[in-house]
Amino acid sequence: MSSTEFRKDLFADERDDTLKEIGKPTIRQDILGHVTGRTKYFDDHLFDGLLHMRAVRSPHHHARIRRIDTEAAARMPGVRRVVTAKDVPVNLNTLLSLINFGRDDEPLCAHDKVRFLGETVAWIIADTEREARDAVAQVRVDYEPLPHVLDVEEALKPDAPVVNEVYPNNTFDYHGKYDHQKLRFGDVNAAFARADHVIEAEYQMSPIEQAPIETCGAIAAPEQNGRFVCHTNTQALFFSLGTTAKLLDTPSSRLHFIGGTAGGGFGGKVDSIVEPTAVLGAMLTGRPVKFAWDRYEEMQVGAPRGGERWRIKDGVMRDGTIIAREFTGFFDSGAYMRLSPYAIIKGTGHLPGPYSIPNVASNVYCVVANRTPATAMRGFGITAVDFSIECHMDRVAEAVGMNPIELRILNAYRDGDMKAHRRKAKNTALIECCQVAAGKAGWSISADAMAQSSLRGGGLGERGAIPETATDEEGRIGERRAGRTRDTAPSRQPTGRVPAGHAGQAVTAAPVQNPDMEIEIERIGHRIAAQQGAAPAPRAPQPPAGQPTPPRAAPPAAAPQSSYAPPPSPQATAPTYQQPPAPTPPPAPTPPTPPAASEPYKPEQPFSRGVNRPGTSRFLSGTRRR
Amino acid sequence: MARTPLTFTLNDAETGVFVVPGSNLLDVLRRGAGDLTPKQGCAQGTCGSCTVLIDGVPHLSCLTLAETVEGRRIDTTGGLAGGPDLHPLQQAVMEGFAAQCGFCTAGMLMAAKALLDRTPNPTRDEVIEAISGNLCRCTGYEPIVDAILTASARMQGRTA
Amino acid sequence: MTLAVETYPTLREAAQALGDRARYLGGGTLLMRAVNYGDQSFDRIVRSREVDRTVRSEGQGIRIGAGATMADVLASRDLIALHSVARIVGGPAVRNMATVGGNLFAASPYGDFATALLALDATVQMADGQNLPMESFLSGRARMRGIVASVTVPRVGEGEFRFAKVSRIKPKGVSMMSLAAVLPGVGSGRLGDVRIAFGTMGPTPLRAKAAEQALRGRGLTDAEIEPALKVCCDGLQPADDELATEWYRREVAPVHLKRLLLGGRR
Ligand SMILES: Cc1cc2nc3c(=O)[nH]c(=O)nc-3n(C[C@H](O)[C@H](O)[C@H](O)COP(=O)(O)OP(=O)(O)OC[C@H]3O[C@@H](n4cnc5c(N)ncnc54)[C@H](O)[C@@H]3O)c2cc1C
Ligand code: FES
Ligand code: FES
Repeated sequence: MSSTEFRKDLFADERDDTLKEIGKPTIRQDILGHVTGRTKYFDDHLFDGLLHMRAVRSPHHHARIRRIDTEAAARMPGVRRVVTAKDVPVNLNTLLSLINFGRDDEPLCAHDKVRFLGETVAWIIADTEREARDAVAQVRVDYEPLPHVLDVEEALKPDAPVVNEVYPNNTFDYHGKYDHQKLRFGDVNAAFARADHVIEAEYQMSPIEQAPIETCGAIAAPEQNGRFVCHTNTQALFFSLGTTAKLLDTPSSRLHFIGGTAGGGFGGKVDSIVEPTAVLGAMLTGRPVKFAWDRYEEMQVGAPRGGERWRIKDGVMRDGTIIAREFTGFFDSGAYMRLSPYAIIKGTGHLPGPYSIPNVASNVYCVVANRTPATAMRGFGITAVDFSIECHMDRVAEAVGMNPIELRILNAYRDGDMKAHRRKAKNTALIECCQVAAGKAGWSISADAMAQSSLRGGGLGERGAIPETATDEEGRIGERRAGRTRDTAPSRQPTGRVPAGHAGQAVTAAPVQNPDMEIEIERIGHRIAAQQGAAPAPRAPQPPAGQPTPPRAAPPAAAPQSSYAPPPSPQATAPTYQQPPAPTPPPAPTPPTPPAASEPYKPEQPFSRGVNRPGTSRFLSGTRRR
Repeated sequence: MARTPLTFTLNDAETGVFVVPGSNLLDVLRRGAGDLTPKQGCAQGTCGSCTVLIDGVPHLSCLTLAETVEGRRIDTTGGLAGGPDLHPLQQAVMEGFAAQCGFCTAGMLMAAKALLDRTPNPTRDEVIEAISGNLCRCTGYEPIVDAILTASARMQGRTA
Repeated sequence: MTLAVETYPTLREAAQALGDRARYLGGGTLLMRAVNYGDQSFDRIVRSREVDRTVRSEGQGIRIGAGATMADVLASRDLIALHSVARIVGGPAVRNMATVGGNLFAASPYGDFATALLALDATVQMADGQNLPMESFLSGRARMRGIVASVTVPRVGEGEFRFAKVSRIKPKGVSMMSLAAVLPGVGSGRLGDVRIAFGTMGPTPLRAKAAEQALRGRGLTDAEIEPALKVCCDGLQPADDELATEWYRREVAPVHLKRLLLGGRR
């Protein structure tokens, strides 16, 4: 039997101890349905005349599609409709376009070329699943195989094949400027020069399939009033609804999505592919249509947690103090950008892990290669780098001959310490975690390490200050492909310096549309009890000195929480991601290949349904209340 | 399309359906007989969420050719509760947090029932063996094993 | 390509009905998977009402009906030597369905039972009355048309048969490799005509004949088995697959064979 131990002695004054549910067994509200088998998953909705839709998939990693011959398939018994890219009204999307992030780069159905093994090139809708499978086997696709690239670092080389023309450098473009996400804090190169040890290592995490027991699937059917109902196991119902509205060029008010019951997801059911596909099938046939992946598809084309490669370089003093940490990270985003570019921004905010290190630099690349697109999974954006960091801590402990737990306590961040993303750490608890873990594991640590506390010693002097920071301009978009930049690690030759104390510039990925949705920093964390009595007034706007006036919508309290490296000069004020993505890719030395003449679906003008407010996504609707 | 008539006993009820030749039993139970309790997780035998009892013995319904169950007795989770009363296994799973998403649960319950029918007082290892063909992605198995042992104890009038 | 299901009263009639685009249904654990996933290589499923699930002693050996399931094997006192093999095939539901006959046709990474039968030098009886030693049966398997009626397994002395399955997932996973050995004379300290078979080390279970040769007349000690370990991959054809690479399989085969021979001692 599992048992939970509550260490109420720790941080006792930070919590009011009136927990009513936590720590007590409870009966799930949905469990009666589960044990009686009556819980209705998407496939437990029976429809008369249900049709079955199956995809024709690419056997190549990378190939041009010369011709698709569906004639024989269309004549097969039971076949109701052959569906190809031509039938998709707006066949180009990026998952995060709903929050104005990234450029549309992914078709629902490939038409000019396939970019990963298993990509959809057509669908068959038939009376039975077997008939759909039989007809799929009769679709003849004439492919011209192209050279492919499967390794993230190979893909960065100047002669690597261009995988996705929307990102012609095989990398996501960060902030309209760099081919990677930068983080600069202090001066790592100077610190490495005076460190007693410099310890470097590389860590690789393979892609991981979420493997829910129920595969991704949806059933769509026409309803009265021209609406379409869609039963789905998506983990992101409104996301899937918005994506479907966009791809099918239909107002979201015509879509009636029913979900909330998934047979496991773990991040693998957010990509909103089965929903638009099933609804498209229902629209084209006027019949209920089921589109679900089989287990093979779930494993092969279901987006996994992407692979990641990390190189970590630490500058360490003899006593174990880490004075510098440098990261070079590569995310395997697959052939399209789904959530990886965003995961990198989140992950970068997490660096250098829960440690107080005065000099940090990081370059993280979101790489396009001919691989299955990656998506979310538990601990999204953090898991691999945390794994790498903790492996590296053990390596450092070995190099300096120290107890690894004591090394962690020595370097742990404490309340008030300045983090590399220029926000002060609060509610830290690594030291206490280490102490408890050491006790449980019977691992003895020194009295001094036992005496440390997250509440003491943090934020003192330099620990709480933003250091003078060395900056560089390396890795501008397109430089690497042109052969002008080789190295992927943070620059050895900084070209600029940002004065100490400079918090940098606020960069918001998308402007807040509604003041109600603004995050109030003061409400985050577990110091609520103390505040509840005091009911503090919201903090007055206090932009740090020397900071450019934050852009219109940036919430005052959020200004110092930039996860973006300071700009090379304080004058550079142009905020990125304030505008919806430009319809054409930003400047890049290699122009994207012009669309093939036969390409019928590239929307000529931006899609215009749903909310039409400048600067906001057109696919969001409704208001949000607290 | 030609269809074959098929009769069997499903949870005590005489059932007759017409099946498309080559259909698997899971499909026939769900779409033909309307018993939606067995689930399809893989259609290849690896997950166990489609487990049903045929003449009291656990089978994977996704790998059972429908025609082979003519005249036989099939039990599913749909017939586990006795009227309004939950089966002790259901009760134990409910109380012991032994299901999260619930997709594996119906199959688990059938595998567990087959075990307890034959071995009323199983050891922990026997429980683990009995559900070794049933995957659960959510719970980490421990609560499920505990729940089966709890149910066994209650059915034998012991306290777990 | 609609599927047809044909049911015949006897095995012999079913065998006559087989053709290029037909498959005989055993327990269905592999066949129905192919059906569910839309295998286009057949469109007729042939069944027989005559299904032999019996296990009985016959002369020097034990005859197992091809329709016997792994659970039937586990229920038979005559087949105690093979319990260790039947027990590791799938989970309980698979064992209630999977037949011995079907296992003879199971492609890598399956076919653990067939691996054991190869080491045991079993004989395969076809429905048309033909008898085939396991080894020739397996080498001709790809072209085989017809139905297996039964297999006959020679008796082995106490402790002379050993089997191990190496898989990556506990408690149940498919074989990364399986090994079976018959070690006559193991009690006396000098081995007689040893037979060793590897599963998942080629398209069918295969014998490690060089290793068998190297063990003849030797005892089971570290030093005496060393030459056999060196040559144990001769004649095997391991391949890269999802479970392991060819290189890895070749590297670890001697390690696992050593463990099998020394009985858990390292
Ligand atoms: C989840 C799972 C786990 C598994 N684990 C294992 C394992 O650990 N080890 C292992 O070895 N296998 C394993 N298998 C594979 C399979 O279950 C076994 O190999 C089983 O013995 C196959 O027998 P069957 O009766 O189900 O064959 P079927 O699926 O009925 O048939 C398989 C093939 O053999 C032919 N065939 C069957 N019987 C005869 C006959 N009498 N004469 C001529 N042809 C015949 C069929 O036409 C078909 O081509 C597993 C399968 C699953 C689904
Ligand atoms: S659906 Fe039958 S075992 Fe997975
Ligand atoms: S509860 Fe989700 S798979 Fe078991």
